[in-house]
Amino acid sequence: MRQVVRTRYSEDQQAVAEAFGELFAREASTEAVRAAEAGCGFDAGLWRTLAAAGAPGMAVAADFGGGGASLVDLAVVVYEWGRRIAPVPLVEHAVCARLLAAVGGDSQRDLVAAVAAGELIATLAPGPLDSGGVARLVPAGAVADVVVARRAGDVVVAQSQPASRARPNTADLPLADRDLSDAQTVASGAGAEDAWKRALSEWKALMAVAYAGLASEVLYMGVDYTKQRHQFGVPVGSFQAVQHGLADAATRTEGARLLAFRAVCALEAEQTRRSDGARLASMALLFGAESARFAADRVLQYHGGYGYSAEYDVQLYYRRAAGWLLQLGDPSAEIARLAHTDLGLKATEAA
Amino acid sequence: MDFAMSAEAEAFRAEVRQFLAEHVDAETIAAGRDGTIHSPALHRAIAERGWLSGAVPAELGGGGMDPMELCVLVEELQLHQAPADALGVAVVAVSMILEHGGEHLRTAVAPRIMAGEALACLGYSEPESGSDVAAARTRAERRGDHWIINGAKMWTTLAHVADYVVLLTRTDPDAPKHRGLTFFVAPLDAAGIEIRPVETMGNERSNATFYDNVVLGDEWRLGEVNDGWAVMKTALKYERGIAGGQFPSPPVIEAAIDWARGARRADGASLIDDDEVRHKLVRAAIDVEVCRSFAYHTAALASDGAMFGVEGSMTKLFASESYKKHCAWFFDMMGAHGLLTGDDPDAHRDGLIEEHYRHAPVTAIYGGTSEINRNLVAESWLGLPRSR
Repeated sequence: MRQVVRTRYSEDQQAVAEAFGELFAREASTEAVRAAEAGCGFDAGLWRTLAAAGAPGMAVAADFGGGGASLVDLAVVVYEWGRRIAPVPLVEHAVCARLLAAVGGDSQRDLVAAVAAGELIATLAPGPLDSGGVARLVPAGAVADVVVARRAGDVVVAQSQPASRARPNTADLPLADRDLSDAQTVASGAGAEDAWKRALSEWKALMAVAYAGLASEVLYMGVDYTKQRHQFGVPVGSFQAVQHGLADAATRTEGARLLAFRAVCALEAEQTRRSDGARLASMALLFGAESARFAADRVLQYHGGYGYSAEYDVQLYYRRAAGWLLQLGDPSAEIARLAHTDLGLKATEAA
Repeated sequence: MDFAMSAEAEAFRAEVRQFLAEHVDAETIAAGRDGTIHSPALHRAIAERGWLSGAVPAELGGGGMDPMELCVLVEELQLHQAPADALGVAVVAVSMILEHGGEHLRTAVAPRIMAGEALACLGYSEPESGSDVAAARTRAERRGDHWIINGAKMWTTLAHVADYVVLLTRTDPDAPKHRGLTFFVAPLDAAGIEIRPVETMGNERSNATFYDNVVLGDEWRLGEVNDGWAVMKTALKYERGIAGGQFPSPPVIEAAIDWARGARRADGASLIDDDEVRHKLVRAAIDVEVCRSFAYHTAALASDGAMFGVEGSMTKLFASESYKKHCAWFFDMMGAHGLLTGDDPDAHRDGLIEEHYRHAPVTAIYGGTSEINRNLVAESWLGLPRSR
C-alpha cells in the first residue's frame, strides 16, 4: 500500500481508544487514583482488569505470547491511560516486555510470556546502579516483580519480590530502590546497547503520549470549571485573560500530542526504514512534560483557591505532570544529550 | 498513523531543493532585504514550474497539487529563506477570482497572475480597521454601469510592485457591518490610486493605498454585491495551505550555533559549551519540530479532504510566538555585538539575527494576530463563551 501521512487514528485505533477510554474512566476514576495514593500508588484490581483486556503485552510479538500490536496501537491505549493518570505502571511494563522479548529470546521464554500476560509486572531502571548493585528510585520499583537494568554495558534482569512500599514522593508514584546485585545478564555488547537505547526511547515517546493525555484532560477540567464558576456575575471562562491562558495551554497540548505520536510513529518505522525516532522521542518527552505542566499550572490557577485544595482533582494532575519526567533523571541531562545528538555539538568544543 | 512523507513527497522535496539551489542564492536572499520580499525572477520561475497554479485547487481550475507536496514546497521555501511573499498572495487572489469572479476577471486577470506575469496584493485592512476587518469603510458606489471607489487601505504590502489589489469595500453603509461589503479586483494603474510607502521597524516596506474617485467597471467586481463577507471566508480558507510562516526559526538557530562556536564568555570559555546556550538551542530545535508536526498535520487533514480551521490558528500562534522567543534569546546571547546591523562590516552573518529580531514581532500580528488566534482556539477548540 502506498504510504501516506496520516495524523489521525485509523478506524481500528479509534475503536481501541474508545474501549480503553471507557475502561479507564470506569476503573481509574479520580477516587481510584486517590485510593491508590493511600497505598504505594498502585491499583492491583485495575492491573488485573488491564491484563484481562490484553493491554500489558499487547505490543509484544505473538510468538512470545503478546498481542502483536504495533507501538502506535499501544500509544493509543497509553494516551487514555495518561488522561486518567491511572495508578498502574503500564508504560514501564509494556516497554520492558518488548525489551525482554527482543533480548531474552528463547532463554527467557517463560519469563517473557508471564510478563506479556501481565502475571508478572516488569519495569526498567533508567539510571546506573550504585556500587552495591542497587538501583535507586526505580519507576514502579515498589510493585514490579521483574526489574531490567543496565550494568557495565550489559542488560541485566532480576526477579524478586517487590516491597510494596514506595518512597514517599510528590507524585505518589510507586518509586522504590531495588537491589539488583544478583541480576542475570540477558544481553551484552552492541546488541544490548541498541536494545536498551531503543527501550528508553520507547519509554520517552510513550510517556510523551501520556503527557499529552494528561494535559488534555486537565485542560478540559479547566474548561468545565471556568464555564460553571461565576464571579462578578459572569462565568470565569468568559474572561479573556483566562481564555488566552487556556488557549495557549490547548495549543501546546495539541503540539505535544502531534509531536508525541510522530515520535511513536518514527520509532515504529525504524523497524523497516531509517528514521529519527530516538531524537523525536526525546524532544517529545521534554515538550510534553513542559506542556502538561503549563496546562496543569494554568488550570490550577483558574480554579482559584479550590485548585490548591486537596479536594479538587487538579492537584492530582499537577503533581504527576511534574513527577513523570523526573523518574528518568535530571531533564537537563536529556537536553544535553539532545544538544549532542541533534545539534551535533560535541560534549565540549573548547579549542 | 504515520507522519513520514511518502516516497513521492520526498522525491518532490528533492526536486524543490534542486530548484531552489538553482534559483535562490545569497544574492536573491539579500535582494529581499531592500524591504520588498519578492524576487521577480524567482516568482516567475516558480510559476513556470506550475507550482503557483498547482497551489490553486483543482476544482477551481488550478493544478490541485497534493496538499502534502504543497506543504513540502512551502516548508522548503521558508527553510531556504526564499523571498516569496508574493506567492501566497497570488494563490489566494487567483482562488478568490476563480471561485467568485465574472468572465473578465477569470479570463483577463487570473491567468496572468497564475502564470506569474502579474502580481496581486491584498487590500483588506484600513487605517481604522485591522483585526476587525469587516469594519472596512472604503466606499464603493454604483453609478450606472460602473463603480466609484473612495477610501484608504493600510498594509497593502507589495502594492508598489503589484498589478492588482483585491479590495474590500463597503457598498451598503446602512446594512449590518458584515452584510454591506463587496469585493473588487482593482488594476493598480487606475486613475485616482495613490501608493505611499510605509516603512517598518523590520526594514520591510509596506504601503498605504489611497482611492480618490477611482472608476471601475462592473467587470472588476468580485462576487455578489453586499456578499463580500462570504468571499472573505473563502479567502481565509485558501490562505491556509500556502500562507507559510511555520518555519521562520531555523536560519536563526543555525546562525546562533555559528556565533556560539566562535564566541567566548567573559571567563574565556567557549559560548557553545555554555549550558544555558545549549539549552536554548535545544528548546528552539524542539519548537521547530512542534511546528513541523503542526504543518504535517494540517496538510494531512487537507489531504483527507477535511476542512481545518482552528488547527491553522494554533500553528500560526505557536510558530510566531516561539519565533519571537528564539529571536530574543539569540539576540541577547550575542550581547553588544548582536546590536550591529547588516550595514556594519563586522555584523555576524550580515546581521541576520539582529534583522530577525526586528522582523519577528510582525509575524504575531499579520494574517491574524496572536490575540485573535487565541480567541478562536478558546471558542472553537475549547468551547468557551464568546468574549470581546
